[in-house]
Amino acid sequence: MKQFFTFVKKEFYHVFRDPKTLLMLFGLPVVQIVLFGFALTNEIKNSKVLIVDYAKDAASQEIITKIGATDEFVLQHQILSHLQIEDEFKTGRARLAIIFPANFQRDLLHQNSTQLQVIADASDPNQANTLTNYINTIVTEYQQSLSEVNGMPYQIRPEIRMLYNPELKGATNFVPGVMALVLMLVCVLMTSVSIVREKELGTMEVLLVSPFNPFMVIIAKAIPYFLLSLVNLSVILVLSITLLEMPFNGSYLLFFAESSLLILTALSLGLLISNSTDSQQTAMLISLMGMLIPTMLLTGFMFPIENMPLPLRVFSNIIPSKWYYLIAKSIMIKGLGFSAIWKETLILLGMTVFLLTVSLKKFKIRLA
Amino acid sequence: MRTLRFLLQKEFKQIFRNKSLLPLIFLMPIIQLLIIPLAADYEIKNINISIVDHDRSSFSRALISKITASGYFVLADYGNSFEDAFKQIEDNESDLILEIPVGFERNLIRENREKLFIAVNAINGTKANLGGAYLNKIIAEYNAEVRLQWTDPERFSPVPKINVASSNWFNPYMNYRFFMVPGILVFLVTMVGAYMASLNIVKEKEIGTIEQINVSPISKVNFILGKLIPFWIIGVFVFSVGLFFVARVVYGIVPLGSIGLIYGFLAIYLVALLGVGLLISTYSDTQQQSMSVAFFVMMIFLLMSGLFTPIESMPEWAQVIAYLNPVTYFIEVMRMVVLKGSEFKDIIPHFLKMIGFAIFFNTWAVWNYRKTS
Repeated sequence: MKQFFTFVKKEFYHVFRDPKTLLMLFGLPVVQIVLFGFALTNEIKNSKVLIVDYAKDAASQEIITKIGATDEFVLQHQILSHLQIEDEFKTGRARLAIIFPANFQRDLLHQNSTQLQVIADASDPNQANTLTNYINTIVTEYQQSLSEVNGMPYQIRPEIRMLYNPELKGATNFVPGVMALVLMLVCVLMTSVSIVREKELGTMEVLLVSPFNPFMVIIAKAIPYFLLSLVNLSVILVLSITLLEMPFNGSYLLFFAESSLLILTALSLGLLISNSTDSQQTAMLISLMGMLIPTMLLTGFMFPIENMPLPLRVFSNIIPSKWYYLIAKSIMIKGLGFSAIWKETLILLGMTVFLLTVSLKKFKIRLA
Repeated sequence: MRTLRFLLQKEFKQIFRNKSLLPLIFLMPIIQLLIIPLAADYEIKNINISIVDHDRSSFSRALISKITASGYFVLADYGNSFEDAFKQIEDNESDLILEIPVGFERNLIRENREKLFIAVNAINGTKANLGGAYLNKIIAEYNAEVRLQWTDPERFSPVPKINVASSNWFNPYMNYRFFMVPGILVFLVTMVGAYMASLNIVKEKEIGTIEQINVSPISKVNFILGKLIPFWIIGVFVFSVGLFFVARVVYGIVPLGSIGLIYGFLAIYLVALLGVGLLISTYSDTQQQSMSVAFFVMMIFLLMSGLFTPIESMPEWAQVIAYLNPVTYFIEVMRMVVLKGSEFKDIIPHFLKMIGFAIFFNTWAVWNYRKTS
């Protein structure tokens, strides 16, 4: 037992005596929380819009003012001819152009109908769609202000209640996702690299010929990362509760128990990678190139999984962080107990047992 | 020149003799380019809705069939208990509850107004917002139909109408993949290039072979060039496979602008990027360190590049960071040239900034590389 603790201590030294690795371990989660919390948003804001106003009458001016007053649009400048639109789009100086025909107001008042042309730079279809919809809403509102609609009979009034997240903050959605991502990446990457490193430097030989049980070597390697991940998780949790004002409605004990399970899954995966490769470069490429993007995409916090094509939806089931993400959301935000998440827990547990068995089977205590 | 040739020979041999690394460098980006664009889709469809119908009248049924026929919603449950519906939200089986109160039809006709209750699972704010908006729109349409059915048309004076004619340029079918694929290609090339470059010098340091190079007459610049050129070539190769094979054959993306322009920018971009990798490499002593730092930097580059979220929507301080990020410029250029057919004159500022990045990072890397230990 004493030997074992000595080994664990050795591994801790490895981690703590390397400030650059520590930066990655603890800096990354903090930076991610700050970026996701304050910088990144799916909302479309401040899009530059071009106005081509051939009418220059009261109606067109009023609509232009309304557009300029929203958060979504920044009036770029008023150009004189629609021929310039393509050039502006090509340099990226504008995303949308609105063309008011001559006689805009006169047609509206005398013929009860007029036209307005909206041209979107649809190279980003998502943005183009949203912007066109915004313009439609603004125009409809203006139109309604012209006629009296308030006296309409037979009104159905929908009352919308936003559950769990009434302010529609992005944080509730991504914080559990960032946790899953950080735990997965840090654990898989760190364990796999640190074991392969001993192989590459030749120190593995020293460890294997020592009287210490070879399996204990591996376990001793995993323990520091297990503990550091828990610390990491707590840092993210504290940051998101204090800085991002995230709610935490469930049981902390359950949350940390489930998180430990994910960490174990990740550590076993790291172990498997390290047992299958001999060079740090390969281990890193597998854990980063192979894991970073699938984990980011298929966890479900950036893009909804239910929209993906069937093969990807099926594939997402083998990504451990997807299950953890469901668990974390249920505990943190919905405040549910174990009875609501036993299925996901069981799946994670199954994955861990499977990965651990395979990697221990593959672990060679003989030198090649 | 001869020294450089030998160095290049050595580097290529090292790369091509590593049998486990090679497939990773070439296959991984291609596989990812095939998968990611399928996953990266913001479009919200198939929203699961639970309907709690306390009224069960012809009106409520008409409304429900209108909702299910809209294509946005999938009816997950139809019942008469709000608790049951709420349980489904908790279990993730449903995203949205619509509760139709008792006497919906009667009140609407007699009292001229009636409420509907909607509860949305708003953990994902964007989805909740859109789901609520779609439902509102359908209810408003239904409302208009009811109104048309129950009122005399003469009671209304004609309403002035503005027709908004909208057109979408550059991507008329609104294919989101056209937008994502060029950006993702940039990012994959970036990952491969930066990791390989950042790990390389460090590997020599860690194994100890750097000592042999340090005591040889190889100059600093030659050594760094010898490290840069192979990865530059690999980067160009990976990019070409992605552009001509995956993007064109699989996604049908044919660049509207000039291919030469894209490659011109790629050439400078790779120099800048490999400079970042080398810089990280010169500051680290072990591969683990340099990987950690590279990963840290790449993560920030990825998130702040406008690949997944628009830069315009960021707060000002974040936009400043985004425009200090070389990846941002290449993604912008790719999207402009490939989708909009932008010409050289449109992207001159991008070119100038990228040349600046290339000079800055490489000078720093060469300056920081010491031949003494």
